[in-house]
Amino acid sequence: MPKLIIDRQIVDNTATLLRSAEDGAFAAVPAQGTVIVPLAQYLAQKTELNARGDVGVWFAPDDEPELLGADAAALSLIAVEFPAFTDGRGFSIGRLLRERYGFTGELRAFGDVFKDTLNYLTRCGFNAFVIREDKDIGEALKGLDDFTESYQSSVAQPMPLFRRRHAS
Amino acid sequence: MYVYDELDQKIVDQRVAQFRDQTRRYLAGELTEDEFRPLRLQNGLYIQRHAPMLRVAVPYGELASRQVRVLAKIARTYDRDYGHFTTRQNLQYNWPKLEDVPQILAELATVQMHAIQTSGNCIRNTTTDQFAGVAHDEIVDPRPWCEIIREWSTFHPEFAHLPRKFKIAVNGAAEDRAAILVHDIGINVIRNEAGEVGFQIYVGGGLGRTPIIGSLIKPWLEPMHLLSYLDAVLRVYNRYGRRDNKYKARIKILVKAMTPEAFGAKVEQEWVHLKDGPTTLTQGEIDRVSKFFTAPAYESFAGDDAGFVAARQDNKGFGRWVERNVFAHKQPGYACVTLSLKHPGVAPGDVSGDQLDAIADLADKYSLGELRASHEQNLILPYVKQRDLLALWEELKALKLASPTVGLLTDVVCCPGGDFCSLANAKSIPIALAIQERFDNLDYLYDLGEIDLNMSGCMNACGHHHVGNIGILGVDKNGSEWYQVSLGGRQGVGASIGKVIGPSFAQDEMPEVIEKIINVFVAAREGEEPFIDVFDRIGMEPFKTRVYAGKPNARAPKEVADA
Repeated sequence: MPKLIIDRQIVDNTATLLRSAEDGAFAAVPAQGTVIVPLAQYLAQKTELNARGDVGVWFAPDDEPELLGADAAALSLIAVEFPAFTDGRGFSIGRLLRERYGFTGELRAFGDVFKDTLNYLTRCGFNAFVIREDKDIGEALKGLDDFTESYQSSVAQPMPLFRRRHAS
Repeated sequence: MYVYDELDQKIVDQRVAQFRDQTRRYLAGELTEDEFRPLRLQNGLYIQRHAPMLRVAVPYGELASRQVRVLAKIARTYDRDYGHFTTRQNLQYNWPKLEDVPQILAELATVQMHAIQTSGNCIRNTTTDQFAGVAHDEIVDPRPWCEIIREWSTFHPEFAHLPRKFKIAVNGAAEDRAAILVHDIGINVIRNEAGEVGFQIYVGGGLGRTPIIGSLIKPWLEPMHLLSYLDAVLRVYNRYGRRDNKYKARIKILVKAMTPEAFGAKVEQEWVHLKDGPTTLTQGEIDRVSKFFTAPAYESFAGDDAGFVAARQDNKGFGRWVERNVFAHKQPGYACVTLSLKHPGVAPGDVSGDQLDAIADLADKYSLGELRASHEQNLILPYVKQRDLLALWEELKALKLASPTVGLLTDVVCCPGGDFCSLANAKSIPIALAIQERFDNLDYLYDLGEIDLNMSGCMNACGHHHVGNIGILGVDKNGSEWYQVSLGGRQGVGASIGKVIGPSFAQDEMPEVIEKIINVFVAAREGEEPFIDVFDRIGMEPFKTRVYAGKPNARAPKEVADA
């Protein structure tokens, strides 16, 4: 069973991630088990998928959180793909989902995800990480502790350092 | 200047530990070259032609003497006993060993220095006026705002992997010495009629392959909203900037494609959500940071120092140096002194370990232990008493730091070029040195007046050739090095991009070409008219005619796809 990190715990990854065909045709949704569907599929089949339950939505870097909007708040799992760790669009997606659209469920990063990306991801609101298969997931977990202090307002710490400095 | 507290220090120390681990994993094969590259770049580490190159951040150009001594020690211990000041107020080492870099960073951290975000597709070191806080024409000291931006931009989680690099410059004076119009974001700190401080925000300026002057998208921004507004600009860029082609990935391309008006509107739309949020600056924070930049305890002088005024008249060499290298201070009896790093025979911006140590001593002796780096690749002592200038000049001469040529033709701004940089198409340093050699007559140089000669070894334009009155760009043609000349560029308030004169030239032709350009200028000049004004008046044609006279078939081979 593949693994992932959720809230600092290494657990089994039981969800099935569905990808559309190259021509955009949506994949068939299996009857059982947690599925994570592309944003476009969710928007097209929202009623059926919500009725089925056990459904998450995933974002490609150029998917717009605005399209999901307040519906995000009703979901329990959203995943964001990082095709390359140097593509930082997913950071903005994470923050928008958390800070603007009220998403409080599991926010999962997958793709080119490894130790050195976890700190920024966490601060942008991600709490789950599918570590690349060729990387040591235990080693990756330590990346969450690379930094214990930061300057900016973020999902993990909404109060920027300057506000906390003055509070103390 | 700004002094870290334990929290600032902790962040820098944790970065050192993180990079030590990353380097270890790379050397152990746990990180691939492709993975390590963006990580090391965000720590200023390039792999260059001969060795790694480490770029050390000098935030907004401010340095303390104790920091300079550590820079000297690093040059001596880990490099070939020199460092190179860049066109972005930073310092580069050209010869460190990869395995030594974590230790170099640890040494830098002991004096509150680092190499964070000096490279890579992230927010780079914020730059400003080298005379900030001391310039006679200053409206608002830009340094507190630079520091606030430094903290905001350091490890900003959302903007760690932008489409491309991102440079912010801040100006607070009447004359724009920070070149804000050729930055991704240019911030002009101004006062309104009521005397309140605010910002004008320009976006989308830049040099490189597509030189563009920045557009004003926010004519007045209240200080407390600075960071939320920057967040909005960066978020729009992070989401919509092109990532498919690195030559079209800078914010200037996005701003141009959307139009500045539409880009500004998109930013406003985003800002509505961020404005008044937790990142809104507090007066307490503005005061905390500003306290680090209050004026020192100046001695009080009635006016100019009489001994200085007399020496300036009597001693021609000293008078010249004062004319070129001493800048008017806001405090009576004081002066800002530029230490020229443009000594004949030495690559522009290069400085040896011994020179660095000596400079640190001079800063302690004459300038309250503080220095500045300028984007023209010189160093500045910002707090010198006029009565000390003569003695300082004598000491600088002995150190070969007194070339009285600041702002003149031979104060060449120049990137490291093909001698060091793996991006370069052509060498730049030998051309700069050859031009300096050709124009070694000081009387003549002075007669010519102010001429900015800027030179880059490739389209990345680290030598800011587009905004040089005379710009030189190294180009690759079928594997050999050629040089393209442009005229009419300028930086500052009326910044403009130079125009290419015509087909490019071989290396050995360059001093001759520059001489012909200068001769056209001299022949057409009226009185003391500056070069750039003559160019504006007579246009490109006379220069072109003279430079290409007798060269009907001298067109170089077709340029390699590079533009």
